Amino acid sequence: MRASVEQVWNWLGEVPDPEIPVISLTGLGVIRDVAYEGAELVVTVTPTYSGCPATSVINFDIEQKLREKGVEKLRLERQLSPPWTTDWISEEARAALKAYGIAPPIDGTAADGVIAGRIARMSGDNLKVACPRCNSTKTEKVSQFGSTPCKASYRCTDCLEPFDYFKCI
Amino acid sequence: MPVQGDMMTPDAEALAKAAGGAARSAGQTPLEAGSPEMDLFTGLTRLGDNTLILGHRISEWCGHAPVLEEDIALSNMALDLIGQTQFWLGLAAEVEGRGRDADALAFRRDAWHFHNILLVERPNGDFGQTLMRQFLFDAWHAPMLKALEGSADARIAEIAAKAHREVAYHIERSADLVIRLGDGSEESHARMQAALDRLWPYSGEMMIADAVDLRLAHAGLIPDPASIRPAWDETVNHVLEEATLKRPEGNFAHQGGKQGRHSEHMGHLLAPMQWLQRAYPDAEW
Repeated sequence: MRASVEQVWNWLGEVPDPEIPVISLTGLGVIRDVAYEGAELVVTVTPTYSGCPATSVINFDIEQKLREKGVEKLRLERQLSPPWTTDWISEEARAALKAYGIAPPIDGTAADGVIAGRIARMSGDNLKVACPRCNSTKTEKVSQFGSTPCKASYRCTDCLEPFDYFKCI
Repeated sequence: MPVQGDMMTPDAEALAKAAGGAARSAGQTPLEAGSPEMDLFTGLTRLGDNTLILGHRISEWCGHAPVLEEDIALSNMALDLIGQTQFWLGLAAEVEGRGRDADALAFRRDAWHFHNILLVERPNGDFGQTLMRQFLFDAWHAPMLKALEGSADARIAEIAAKAHREVAYHIERSADLVIRLGDGSEESHARMQAALDRLWPYSGEMMIADAVDLRLAHAGLIPDPASIRPAWDETVNHVLEEATLKRPEGNFAHQGGKQGRHSEHMGHLLAPMQWLQRAYPDAEW
């Protein structure tokens, strides 16, 4: 008997993100669809960032998990559109990120490529990243790019903790 | 243990096949010059070669940047650009339909088959020159991708929509740093102005259309590069003013990269980038 689509979603929810193992692939929002085409299971995956080295590992991990669970006919499809956004990161995953020491993304603050006025628009109350350790909003950006393209480097000026902020995209 | 081939005496047959391109060795005819497919192939390699060559250039800083944060930032931006390259060159290879893929285009073409602008192959120079080159390119790249989101070809539009989100952060960072260093110490200001004066004649090429660009624009596939100039001017003028830097006079533009006529730097860039795939075609790890 083949596994139900719901069962497959649950299995994929057990697969951790290779870079940030406290969140799952479903929590990250990269699984766009799970469906059967005849007897073949088709899992549609969207990449986070174009050059993210985790993308190929994610595909490998999905395949490994589903093979383990006895899925024989499996196809992975890449979907680029609509492009992945941090809006798709689940509430549960955001809490896990914070507990792990990564400030979760603040929705609606993605860079738009328009520079004039951007600094004013994104400073002060418009982009207040709270320290994941002490919750202070007295934080400052160290670099727009942190340990991976999806994160920025911040530091807390209250507790002095350096931390990653998961950028809104 | 598997025997490794001697890199000094590579497989001559494989090298000849690589040099001739997969198309010719498979007995296929190359695309006809001036055909819609050749135009689109050229337009896509212009996009993908810009991101590939700039991505490679900034990756040369990995392990050498002045501070760790900048080292990591440049490597992360290189990753974005190389990832975008895989999409653009992958689509170019699909349009060509001669059995090549993104890797074959990146690693097995010679300099004269690359269509990137001369700006991105400029050597890194000091950190100021690297940042200024990035800024001048990003100020074009972001609005170009935004315009490409309206391409009549859905495959182009979806790659552009994805890449634009990433590049929006590139321009934010490079504009930030140009302002901080331009309006910084006497030394940093002087270096940023020198970088701007040196790179300025290389910035015009990305906004000058040739016959291929015009045909692609007419077909609604890739916008006329000249249409990007107002957005570029707006960003550049705004940032240079904040940075207390003087915009150079004149619009003289070195040209040729888009048509495959490169500076002497291109071969020196390709040699370390391509040697492994040239010596060991189809090597994987």
